[in-house]
Amino acid sequence: MSEKIKLTIDGKKCAGRPGRTILEVARENDIWIPTLCFDERLEPYGACRICLVEVKGAGGLLPACAAEITPDMVVKTSSKRVDSIRRTVIELLLSDHPADCMTCESTGSCALQDLAYRYGIKESSFKGEAHSYHLADDNPVIERDPDKCILCGRCARICDEVVGPGVLGFVGRGFDATVSPPYDRLLEESPCLFCGQCVSTCPVGALTSKLSEGAGRPWELESTDTICPYCGVGCTLRLWTRDNKVVNVTAPMDKGVNRGNLCVKGRFGFQFIDSPDRLKHPLVRGKDGRLRKTTWNKAISLVAERLSETRDKHGADSVGGLASARCTNEENYLFQKFMRAVVGTNNVDHCARL
Amino acid sequence: MGKTDVELKTILEKFEATRSELIPILQAAQSSLGYLTNDTMREIARYLSIPESQVYGVASFFERFSFSRRGRREITVCCGTACYVKGARRLVDILESELGIRCGDTTPDLEYSLKQVACVGACALAPVVLVNEDVHRQMEPGKVKGLLAGE
Amino acid sequence: MLNRIKSPLQVADVVRECGEALGREKSRFVICAGTGCVAGGSMDVFREFERLLKAKGLYGDVQLLFEGHTSPVGVIFSGCYGFCQVGPLVQFQPKGIIYTKVTVQDVDEIIKTTFEEDSVVERLLYRKHDGTLCPTEDEVPFYGKQKRVILAECGHINPEDIREYFATGGYQALASALSKMDPDGVIDIISRSGLRGRGGAGFPAGRKMALARESQGGRKYVICNGDEGDPGAFMDRSVLEANPHSVLEGMAIAAYAIGADKGYIYVRAEYPLAVTRIDIAIDQARRSGVLGKGIMGTDFDFDVEVFQGAGAFICGEATALIRSIEGFRGSPEMTLSYYPTERGLWGKPTLLNNVKTLAFIPKIIANGVRWFTGMGTKGSPGTAVFALTGEVRNNGLIEVPMGITLREIIFDIGEGVPGGREFKAVQIGGPSGGCLPRELLDIEVDFDSLLDAGAMMGSGGMVVVDDTTCMVDLARYFLAFTRMESCGKCVPCRIGTKRMLEMLTRICEGKGEPEDVGRLEELALDIKEGSLCALGGTAPNPVLTTLRYFKDEYEAHIHEKRCPAGLCANLVTFHIDSEKCNGCTVCARNCPADAITGEKKKPHVIDQDKCIKCRECLSRCRFDAVYTE
Ligand SMILES: Cc1cc2nc3c(=O)[nH]c(=O)nc-3n(C[C@H](O)[C@H](O)[C@H](O)COP(=O)(O)O)c2cc1C
Ligand code: SF4
Ligand code: SF4
Ligand code: FES
Repeated sequence: MSEKIKLTIDGKKCAGRPGRTILEVARENDIWIPTLCFDERLEPYGACRICLVEVKGAGGLLPACAAEITPDMVVKTSSKRVDSIRRTVIELLLSDHPADCMTCESTGSCALQDLAYRYGIKESSFKGEAHSYHLADDNPVIERDPDKCILCGRCARICDEVVGPGVLGFVGRGFDATVSPPYDRLLEESPCLFCGQCVSTCPVGALTSKLSEGAGRPWELESTDTICPYCGVGCTLRLWTRDNKVVNVTAPMDKGVNRGNLCVKGRFGFQFIDSPDRLKHPLVRGKDGRLRKTTWNKAISLVAERLSETRDKHGADSVGGLASARCTNEENYLFQKFMRAVVGTNNVDHCARL
Repeated sequence: MGKTDVELKTILEKFEATRSELIPILQAAQSSLGYLTNDTMREIARYLSIPESQVYGVASFFERFSFSRRGRREITVCCGTACYVKGARRLVDILESELGIRCGDTTPDLEYSLKQVACVGACALAPVVLVNEDVHRQMEPGKVKGLLAGE
Repeated sequence: MLNRIKSPLQVADVVRECGEALGREKSRFVICAGTGCVAGGSMDVFREFERLLKAKGLYGDVQLLFEGHTSPVGVIFSGCYGFCQVGPLVQFQPKGIIYTKVTVQDVDEIIKTTFEEDSVVERLLYRKHDGTLCPTEDEVPFYGKQKRVILAECGHINPEDIREYFATGGYQALASALSKMDPDGVIDIISRSGLRGRGGAGFPAGRKMALARESQGGRKYVICNGDEGDPGAFMDRSVLEANPHSVLEGMAIAAYAIGADKGYIYVRAEYPLAVTRIDIAIDQARRSGVLGKGIMGTDFDFDVEVFQGAGAFICGEATALIRSIEGFRGSPEMTLSYYPTERGLWGKPTLLNNVKTLAFIPKIIANGVRWFTGMGTKGSPGTAVFALTGEVRNNGLIEVPMGITLREIIFDIGEGVPGGREFKAVQIGGPSGGCLPRELLDIEVDFDSLLDAGAMMGSGGMVVVDDTTCMVDLARYFLAFTRMESCGKCVPCRIGTKRMLEMLTRICEGKGEPEDVGRLEELALDIKEGSLCALGGTAPNPVLTTLRYFKDEYEAHIHEKRCPAGLCANLVTFHIDSEKCNGCTVCARNCPADAITGEKKKPHVIDQDKCIKCRECLSRCRFDAVYTE
């Protein structure tokens, strides 16, 4: 392990391993630096310029999200210059952004809104053309509103760097650049997997989940961390509930194997929880072919009975067991033990995923 | 296979299937097919094994690539500094009103396209207008009609 | 053509051989075939010379010279000779006679008078604006104060024949580097020469080479930056078109110094002629053994490929250029913990230099450090190449020693402002540069003095404007450019340039508010410091310099709703003075909007509703009858 580098941030003595950025070290030390285009799941990009800080002797301001620490660095996270640029950046963004926070899905979890609040910016002092694309992306889960996009590129980068298909990308350049699927078409006309990773990273209301539309503000919801029931990866989920109903799913950045990432099922496949079609009781098919409600005791006895019958009549290898990847390791262990020790066969497998 | 498919195939065969050939391929496609269609870009993406969004992203970044058919005669007004101080903007205004189209557009009969570029590097001849590749030096508003008439 | 050169020592023989062979041609007509002259029809002029000389039995193919024949007169075409404005240019060497604006019809007379009768065709000579005739280069003011170093051969040799380059001593610098110096020796010379990068920022070339040499990482690259997207600049184009081998030689020496084996020349797609000429030069250089595998029989390999840009100013920026070669959008990358010299093209150490920087290298190796530092100023040794254009009598490409004053450039070389107009400002460095006023005409031009004045060497565009140019409108023009060319990656530049442009447009339209000046200034400073790359970092310069030197014009627009230059269309109307108008109809005939009516020999009037304010009538009227309000 290499030596830690010592530096000072806002007068506080800090230390970090070589290769760490100013932002990382600041956060470890509870020093706040605003960010917009930064997402710890992605390579630093340095585009929004909100994280600029003063570094003594650097001959200019440095983006904390990308600048690596150097020995004896002296960093100031706020100063007249820095604050002026931050305010300008916020005002510039707001000057090309709809002012419909009142009804915006992201209110309460919007980085731009938070910054405007923090810096006390009620209104942008810049007047000028603002984009208004009126896009309707007709797909079941992802709402796109490019009018609100701040072009931080996080969605495009996560789609490329983390997910892979690179569906979203920058189009055009300069003030009129956009982020869009190929040929400015719709998501459903592209190789989009609808994993919603882009939704998870968008700092504003440009990409939101259609499934959670109107479901409530963050402070009205309760959150519970749990493990995704869908497959063996075991991603950590954060279920957002209101009146005991799940209305949204996210993934915490600092927990679990997935560190904020999720697939389409984990993120958007939560409706089954409250689905009327969901099985809540065991059912047994009668002679007439119809399913009838029964108790667990009765159902399990019936299964045991039939299994024994089959084994006795046709031998243990006539039985096979398929476990579910949704089960935990312990449950899977028990299942194979049951198949081998009780039923007496090695015919065990499981569906790799669901 | 259509004619353009065949043409595109011959173009692609000349290049290695590596990412760094993307811009050269787009240039070759643009100059022999005249413009880039979604199908063309899709094929290029497939050939280079890169996402289509990146092909489109690159193509839409650069001035040279166009996504619609251009006119038979492309009128390019140089708007470099030297041309500008010598009245290039007035030339643009007049060309726009003469042709009835905006910069970047093509007349419906596909006869003319009009565009302005940052600088063609012929500043000493300012103001300069190009008709396809031919440089017309020291243009004046009064010469525009003649230029369009092909004089 | 030539045999392959098998050892560095052989180069001197080749140089002598080529010099002798070309010396067997006693005189020659040199037809300028730079882009400017070609646009004026110089290739037809060239062909006419060939045809007529052949018909007279005078034409000797260059090949014959190499076979030992002599020839009384020859004809070649050259790259840009600089004085594009009065092209097509024809020189008669060795006498140095220059003919201007030559057409096909003039050729016969030129040959007869100049060659056969040993006289000059007066009507084709350059005439100073006081009327004096200037038969030779030395007498033409445009060339008088120039110091042509990297342009020395431009306009004199055939860029499509490597033998002509050899005849000027070409590739001897590479030969001596390969045979007498180790890489550190080369870097030492370039460092001591004080050569600064000519791409704009003036970074010390030797230091950059040393950084690239130190970097580890396997393969290394040399990239020649010939993107030249600045509006109002065409220096790099001219060097590439007129003397491509000088750039190739510079690249090879640089590659030897840093240990690279592959190079790219990045050329704008708008420069097709430059691309053709480089391709020819690369091919000839390979066949002569001065490029490719085992250069000059040594174990040094270096090959060069051309990459054509696709039209984006930002791709002149080093990291954006590299990204676009790699096949990505040309957005700059952050270079915080490393520079391209450490991780550049495909992550490998890369030396990226401007065309002119590279072209200086062989000159410095050949002539030595003392020679180079003997020119220019202490902080900026050597010469500077400018494209002198705009409202100045002599437009064209010039090379001058650093430290020359703006006044000398504009009033001696450029012979001042034409048309009885007043000099108002000179815009230097394009969209990253600034507008300098009359009061600064006596500053000595070099990297540092321009920065102090708020401008920048940039790539070297120098556009002179007179009192008919509105400075607010000029600032608006540059912001329109940077707003178009901003890659859109970072917020200050993407939205900031757009907002500055909108403010300037409002001011030009007479809708400016008193607070706008302060707002502009504040925004400009935040964009300058907040942007990711130098495009945004320098984009506010045109605004800041005009605010600094021409604030009164902003104020006139805002407070008085008046454009002092009479240019801003919303703030000006055109009228005809019925006293002065004698009804010559010239204005009416030339008005593209048919807004002028009037009978012959009777005063004309302008229909204000139809007038599109194109100024055509103003510039056409010979009786000074058109005026603005
Ligand atoms: C927006 C922008 C455009 C640039 N355009 C050019 C260019 O056209 N040619 C050039 O040589 N350098 C250009 N540069 C500077 C390059 O980034 C780089 O500094 C230069 O090529 C290095 O070469 P030098 O050290 O020889 O000057 C540009 C920089 C910026 C920010
Ligand atoms: S959609 Fe959201 S994540 Fe994507 S670029 Fe726009 S603001 Fe950033
Ligand atoms: S300063 Fe402009 S050109 Fe440079 S990265 Fe930012 S947006 Fe792109
Ligand atoms: S968070 Fe650092 S530049 Fe955007």
